[in-house]
Amino acid sequence: MKNRVALFSAVVAVVAVASCGSDDTAIVDPLLGGDTTRDIAGSNAFGFPAPTLTNEERRVFEIGDSFFTQNWVTAPASTDARDGLGPMFNAQACSSCHLRDGRGIPASTGDGDLGLLLRLSIPGTNDVGGPNPHPVYGDQLQDRAIVGVPAEGELVISYAEQPGSFADGTAYSLRVPTYSIDAPAFGELGDDIMISPRLAPQMIGMGLLEAIPEGRVLANADPDDSDSDGVSGRANMVWNPATETIELGRFGWKANAPTVQAQAAGAFNGDMGITSSLHPDESCTDTQTDCAAAPGGGTDGEPEVPDDRLGSVTFYTRTLAVPAARNTDDSDVRRGAELFAEMGCASCHIDTFTTGPLDDVGIEALSEQTIHPYTDLLLHDMGPDLADNRPDFEATGSEWRTPPLWGLGLIDDVNSERLLLHDGRARTIEEAILWHGGEAEAAMGAFRTANADTRSTLIAFLEAL
Amino acid sequence: MLLLAACGSDDSSADDELLADAVSTYADGVHASYSASLVSATAMDGAIDEFIADPTDATLAAAKDAWLAARDDYGPTEAFRFYNGPIDNEEDGPEGLINAWPMDEAYVDYVEGDPASGIINDPDAFPTIDAALLTETNEAGGETNISTGWHAVEFLLWGQDLSADGPGQRPVSDYVDAANADRRATYLAEASDLLLVHLGGLVDAWDPSGDGNYYDTFTEADPAESMTKIITGIGELSRGELAGERMNVAYAARSQEDEHSCFSDNTHNDIIANAVGIQRVLLADYPGDVEGPGVIEVLSGVDSDLADQLEAEVAASVAAVEAIPAPFDQHLRDGVADSDPGRVAILSGIVALEDQTPTIVAAAEALGLSINVT
Repeated sequence: MKNRVALFSAVVAVVAVASCGSDDTAIVDPLLGGDTTRDIAGSNAFGFPAPTLTNEERRVFEIGDSFFTQNWVTAPASTDARDGLGPMFNAQACSSCHLRDGRGIPASTGDGDLGLLLRLSIPGTNDVGGPNPHPVYGDQLQDRAIVGVPAEGELVISYAEQPGSFADGTAYSLRVPTYSIDAPAFGELGDDIMISPRLAPQMIGMGLLEAIPEGRVLANADPDDSDSDGVSGRANMVWNPATETIELGRFGWKANAPTVQAQAAGAFNGDMGITSSLHPDESCTDTQTDCAAAPGGGTDGEPEVPDDRLGSVTFYTRTLAVPAARNTDDSDVRRGAELFAEMGCASCHIDTFTTGPLDDVGIEALSEQTIHPYTDLLLHDMGPDLADNRPDFEATGSEWRTPPLWGLGLIDDVNSERLLLHDGRARTIEEAILWHGGEAEAAMGAFRTANADTRSTLIAFLEAL
Repeated sequence: MLLLAACGSDDSSADDELLADAVSTYADGVHASYSASLVSATAMDGAIDEFIADPTDATLAAAKDAWLAARDDYGPTEAFRFYNGPIDNEEDGPEGLINAWPMDEAYVDYVEGDPASGIINDPDAFPTIDAALLTETNEAGGETNISTGWHAVEFLLWGQDLSADGPGQRPVSDYVDAANADRRATYLAEASDLLLVHLGGLVDAWDPSGDGNYYDTFTEADPAESMTKIITGIGELSRGELAGERMNVAYAARSQEDEHSCFSDNTHNDIIANAVGIQRVLLADYPGDVEGPGVIEVLSGVDSDLADQLEAEVAASVAAVEAIPAPFDQHLRDGVADSDPGRVAILSGIVALEDQTPTIVAAAEALGLSINVT
């Protein structure tokens, strides 16, 4: 890992603004999102705009909020700004899975909760280097559809408990998921199908992550582990349908989306069946004739979500405020921040970046901000137990992007549950850490062999984020 | 503004006794406001019962008039939201059952192009229409699946607004010999009854003579904590909710479905009632005989210039929204220029509400309080 020393000192983040007393432990900056930070907790902790938006910007945010929150309906409908749902889909609104801008909850089809979907592909790549879609089912299982069109099948999740214990003998149990597809509407998916479960993450801070200059992300990459620290860090390079070029991937569990706009347009199309200029066609394959024949919701040749509204939703997503870290003067929280570095967590969950200048970022509130996302936006091999065995652009079947940790302590406030990792298998922060393997094996081991006090001190820090 | 280096003590200079007095005046005012809303909603419910018993143009018109009158009393109570109080607390706040919008009409009843849509026209799936069904289907599967409250009643009285220059024109025959007329009547009666139940619950929660209810909790809490809630409520209504969701989204997206009372063309009055609700809280100007200090009076003791500024800005925002020509939806049509007087008036209202919001936040800060508004 490059710049190790510099990073380490950054973790013991010296931001002296909010401290009154002094002691020897790390000082944790509560302003995780720079000036976009809000001092807020509770059920709406992820739903506020950055406080530094202008009135004009806030109006764009409000429109995006409306189109993010409210349901899309079957076309044609008198609610014609929001018709065009499906024909096949996973959810009726962005907020169905990102409830209150928060995190999804994994559930089998029909179980009520929403938030987890299955990506599908077969070996090979598509014409832009991405996953090769299944010839009949496409690249995502859409388990719901409008009236008159068959849904593709039902997602079924089952869990088995896998017991284990900390070095001090304390027992734990990890929940091992199994995914299957029941009632496939168009025949069996075949032996070479590859399935990747993806949980909807919380929405905060995405514009800030987008605003980190590419060079500052790539500076942490060490694809061949030339410093032999066991941690590589690889950039995913992915297709941007807007620019029609290959760019640095930043968003999604495998960093397969380069921009917030691409992520949003992809979710509109894949998850809700809403066309846009980036994805002008409904996601029906040639076999799915009822899907292809169903009426669309666009008017006057416009896609179902026109560019201005896609722009509003993108703006909204970019400018959601990051909640402030809490209890940052607490001695456990400060000691926990040191442990986070000492155990090696901070090698990938990098704590501090500075966003780029206004000319590059486009939104003043997001530019030139010192932020603490606790991610490097890079891919890491996380070992066989977490692997989905489904490549996604440069990402191998066992690599995942380091997820940001800001807001971690507030997920339960917002969503009344906190199910972690890419598919929500981890029920607690402890379980999420214990699932870490591959490049993170050593850091996980440091946690597993630590005593109970040390473990709870680390958790205190993570809960403060 | 976000840097909360909490060194040293917090010296709010507001007079503690005056602050406590303002909190209990507010609580009395909330009770008086919900009571007034329950009275006019009960009158509406009576008019609806008369319409169902004898569906004619005259009884339908009377029921619509009663709905419109009742909205004027409910609107100001929306200043009592946004702090987890009885109306919209996480556990059982009935706001989503009372006033959720916009609604996907096809979820409730037929719409143009789909004569068989909705709960009313689906006796197989929903054999019995009663309060329990309406409650459990409200917002099931998504926020626009609205089956209860003011706007469900509004839709069942007016129908879809398909006309160029007036409100919806639901025919009386929908309640006489149209398909599922009896189920429609049952739905309307149940939705209206349910509204009274929910409003009654709010009156009880804020009843000064109640025992161990929210009124007690609110008036016995640290007055600074309760005043934080009071100011959060008006601050959030002012900008995020009213200027933002209710006015700007409809204005900018030019989508009639985003105006608040789209079936009855009553949106302009809804907006005024919300703006007036903010002013009432500031001035402690409630229905009935509530007497006591409001937020402005408390603020005057700390920063009289700021108090004067806030009072003037809120008067200006009320005047600005009163100047929006009705019906609101005429200003949302494609082709109406932004320079059109109606659109100019809406934008002026939005700006006035936006402008007063930082002053509301500053008022909280002057009282030593900290609030978060959208």
